[in-house]
Amino acid sequence: MTQIQPRRNYLGALGWIWAGNYKLERYLYIFHRITGLGILLFLLLHLVMTTVFRVQGKEVWEATMEVLHNPWFKVGEYLVVVAFLYHALNGLRLIIQELGFALGRPRPPIYPYKDSLRRKRYWTILIISIVVILCVVFFYDFIAGGW
Amino acid sequence: MDKQVVFKVQRYEPEADGNPHFQEFKIPAKRGMTILDGLIYIKENLDGTLAFRSSCRMAICGSCGMLINNYPHLACHTQIEELRSDIVTVKPLPNLPIVKDLVVDLIPFFNRHKSIKPYIIHPDTKEMENPTAEFVQSPQALEALLQFTYCVKCGICISACPTSASDRLFLGPQALAQCYRYCADTRDGGEEERLTVVDKDHGIWHCHLAGACSEACPKGLDPALAIQLLKRRLIIQAIGLGRKKQPASIVTPPAEVKPKIPFPEFTAKRTE
Ligand code: SF4
Ligand code: FES
Repeated sequence: MTQIQPRRNYLGALGWIWAGNYKLERYLYIFHRITGLGILLFLLLHLVMTTVFRVQGKEVWEATMEVLHNPWFKVGEYLVVVAFLYHALNGLRLIIQELGFALGRPRPPIYPYKDSLRRKRYWTILIISIVVILCVVFFYDFIAGGW
Repeated sequence: MDKQVVFKVQRYEPEADGNPHFQEFKIPAKRGMTILDGLIYIKENLDGTLAFRSSCRMAICGSCGMLINNYPHLACHTQIEELRSDIVTVKPLPNLPIVKDLVVDLIPFFNRHKSIKPYIIHPDTKEMENPTAEFVQSPQALEALLQFTYCVKCGICISACPTSASDRLFLGPQALAQCYRYCADTRDGGEEERLTVVDKDHGIWHCHLAGACSEACPKGLDPALAIQLLKRRLIIQAIGLGRKKQPASIVTPPAEVKPKIPFPEFTAKRTE
């Protein structure tokens, strides 16, 4: 008799982004990952530029600065600000909630079911609103500062 | 609501060794008909080779979890009408291996549930083996864990969880929530044994609070909350705060039995 192996059906890393029609928090989760990686990438670039390029003398440094004044780098810089704001504030929410605070206590499940994250969604919305407001403020700042 | 609905069902034949594919069935849907009723209709009238798992058809056995219109749910607990669409796609739950068509392999999932020792561990082993009385528990203490006892082990939270999607060894929301359920039980003294199982790689710290498990759970459980409360317990234990829990003492049940309250008269009398 041949033994038939069950077929693997893991969604893999793509399952972080989409696994079904879920609501807010699952997308905040993936956004948190992306912004985290983005900030890391920025940090690496920043370190390379300010160390390796800098020690090579004035010419190299000025040529680098020339490249960095490209509008696309400005956009990138702004995205770093957005990522930082989101990652920092959403991270605070995660720290508080992962320690079991601001989630409420277990309650009997009574239909229609509402779990603790959704019951406390106003905190999440508040944090996201602060992030959005700060992003708009910084956007103005970037525009006013000249591209 | 009498109309024709198209069921797009994902089929997979392990013997044929092909890839999963979709097959369409036309079904006369009636008011109150569930997805499971639709699948039973297909099996009885259209294609007897369709495989799916079901038993209670009333959301208490947890066998019929599947991905219905891209949302994991119990087939017997979802009515065709509530989907508000004429096309219903039915797929097996993701993140669990497919055995055939809509049947997924739940054995690894059950093994993870077993690994957290889902039973009361009390230091009084004599009493555990030959019970003579009851362990005390107040209704308030019960409230802290009662909702987690309603888990039907359907595996839906596993298919919703983004960590389970990429980490095959992750314990999963169900097992972690059950770990909390037993640790929070006042009758239990096995917290240390259980925490060593969850406090390691692929364990509790791989939960990043995406909250999808609680959103999808068809029984209204809140595994995400249980996991965060369990993290708190672990941290409190690690920094040495908190008192050591004494498992509940034993009481003999009251010998006197209260008289039963008489059954009330029916208020609505049958009219002959
Ligand atoms: S916690 Fe909910 S979704 Fe997960 S196995 Fe139990 S009943 Fe199913
Ligand atoms: S058949 Fe038992 S839960 Fe659906």
